[in-house]
Amino acid sequence: MSNAPLIRIFKASKRFTKGKETITIFENLNLSIPQGDFVAIMGPSGSGKTTLLNLCGGIDRPTSGEVHVAGARIDSLPEGALSKWRAANVGFIFQFYNLMPMLTAAKNVELPLLLTKLGGAERRKRVETALKLVNLADRLNHLPREMSGGQMQRVAIARAMVSDPTLLLCDEPTGDLDRTTADEILKTLQLLNRELGKTIVMVTHDPEAAKYARRTLHLDKGVFTERDVAAA
Amino acid sequence: MGDLYLIRKNLFRKKTRAVLMMVAIFVAFLLFGVLGSFERAFNSGETGASATRLVVNNKINFTQPMPIAYLNRVRAVEGVRVASHWNWFGGYFQEPRNFVISFAVEPDTYLDVVGTDYAFVPEEKAAFLADRGSIAVGDAVAKKFGWQVGDRIPLTSNIFTNRSTGNRTWDFTIAAIFTPARDLVGTDVVFFHYEYFNETRSFGRDFIGSIVLETTDPALNDKVADAIDALFANSPFETKTVTEAAFNKAFAEQLGNITLIVTLVVGAAFVTILMIVGNTMVMAIRERTREIGVLKTLGFPNGRIFRMVLGESLLLSFIGGGLGLAAAYGACIFLAPLVGGFAPGLTLALPVVLAGVGFMVLLGFVTGVIPAMNALRLNIVTALGRD
Ligand SMILES: Nc1ncnc2c1ncn2[C@@H]1O[C@H](COP(=O)(O)OP(=O)(O)OP(=O)(O)O)[C@@H](O)[C@H]1O
Ligand SMILES: [Mg+2]
Repeated sequence: MSNAPLIRIFKASKRFTKGKETITIFENLNLSIPQGDFVAIMGPSGSGKTTLLNLCGGIDRPTSGEVHVAGARIDSLPEGALSKWRAANVGFIFQFYNLMPMLTAAKNVELPLLLTKLGGAERRKRVETALKLVNLADRLNHLPREMSGGQMQRVAIARAMVSDPTLLLCDEPTGDLDRTTADEILKTLQLLNRELGKTIVMVTHDPEAAKYARRTLHLDKGVFTERDVAAA
Repeated sequence: MGDLYLIRKNLFRKKTRAVLMMVAIFVAFLLFGVLGSFERAFNSGETGASATRLVVNNKINFTQPMPIAYLNRVRAVEGVRVASHWNWFGGYFQEPRNFVISFAVEPDTYLDVVGTDYAFVPEEKAAFLADRGSIAVGDAVAKKFGWQVGDRIPLTSNIFTNRSTGNRTWDFTIAAIFTPARDLVGTDVVFFHYEYFNETRSFGRDFIGSIVLETTDPALNDKVADAIDALFANSPFETKTVTEAAFNKAFAEQLGNITLIVTLVVGAAFVTILMIVGNTMVMAIRERTREIGVLKTLGFPNGRIFRMVLGESLLLSFIGGGLGLAAAYGACIFLAPLVGGFAPGLTLALPVVLAGVGFMVLLGFVTGVIPAMNALRLNIVTALGRD
């Protein structure tokens, strides 16, 4: 695990204005996550965990402040450049999988590759590799509705991994799964971090899940506190 | 897998909905193809008409008769090569619904005037000219009723009464079956001898419906027409002489403004599918808000998402419209013998097909542009937050 920060958030604030009211989610927040880290982010509902993850992934922008990820200052990138940047650098994993219901597992995983110049054969090869990585090589032609939650989440992980991004952002990836299935998914994430060096930021409500991470950050009332999970 | 694959999968994810929209589009394009072709063929009288042919009618209107004595006076006008006449018989075969466009004519001069329109077997033509109780039948009519040369057939008039029998029916022997000699000429028509008809009808004797003539040169048309009308000015039966094209047009308009009717019917069909398909597409894309958010998250650029949504309504429009035009092609082939002389040469014409393709593109764009704009403008965080 190298020490160069992959994510550096500097004095970021996020506010929502509704009519005359302004809600401040966080103000002047700083965060630094080195390359190769696996961070769990915990905190009460509404504390801004998802918002923070969205900032890191370039699908939302701070009201003020800077967001540097993978060598780019993404808070000020124009829309088109930001799309390209996302395709090249980040993989997203959501609580409810967010697979395309009309596409098979293989086609779902292939989606991000449509943004590359790879040919059909090469794409198929990568899809198979990604699905093998999550132990779903035998489910290539299954539709999401023909799979269990755990299987769908593994397809989602394969989709996030297929274009080989440096950063994986997971928003409650096991929130919809039972303990055993959740542990399998978390082991897979741990493997991606340890064996393939992927930097992972995972939002979770589950202290058991957080144990799979290298460290846990608590976000509450707009401030981070770092605690050793084992000590907590 | 490419974008077209995704577009197709998206379009057919709700099969019933996609099929229903396609059926609506299919029907609209079928209507457009058939009615558009019919309208073209119906108004083709202009192009099917001969340039050197003039028609003389009673000035009041073409259903009013004039004395047969006019015929010889017309023949004497300078620039007239040959003149003949026709008389509307208003006939049907056995039952009123078996309507037959039938005329009593002076055979030899009439066939001379319309000689470039119809092709006859020489022996049959000779037989028709020789037998005053015979009839010449267009092949479209012969096919419709299964008639053959030599058959004896009754034709009943809804205007005239046969003096020799006291009823409205005349019997004829089919001497000839003729075919069209050039494009856009209909053969849904029969001719028989005026002489035979005139002797046996109970009223209107020695009156004729229209005089039809050929000039020696199309450049003389106006001069000849003026000369004829001047000849009968201030008589009890004043005349109006026009080109065959103008007459056909006036005749067609008598039946109603087909162009307007077709435009209204097709227009109504298109407005309806525009509403149905447009609304359905907006709803279909709204249901997919979350998925579009996911595509954007993965890095699909806005322009590509816009094109994919637009592509979906274009694909829908092309499938429904394409099948509709294909069915219209078949329907025209099927209908051609049934509509016969009203719409000679009825076929799905290339201009109709091209206009149809234009409408498909237009329909696809109009129904797709709003959902595509919605998808384009969709904010990722809002889209993902929606369950
Ligand atoms: N578009 C918005 N407009 C107004 N307020 C918003 C909007 N999006 C988020 N918020 C508010 O921002 C706060 C943080 O939301 P966020 O989704 O980041 O919380 P979270 O920590 O992920 O919560 P949870 O654990 O329930 O997922 C919440 O109070 C939410 O109501
Ligand atoms: Mg959240």
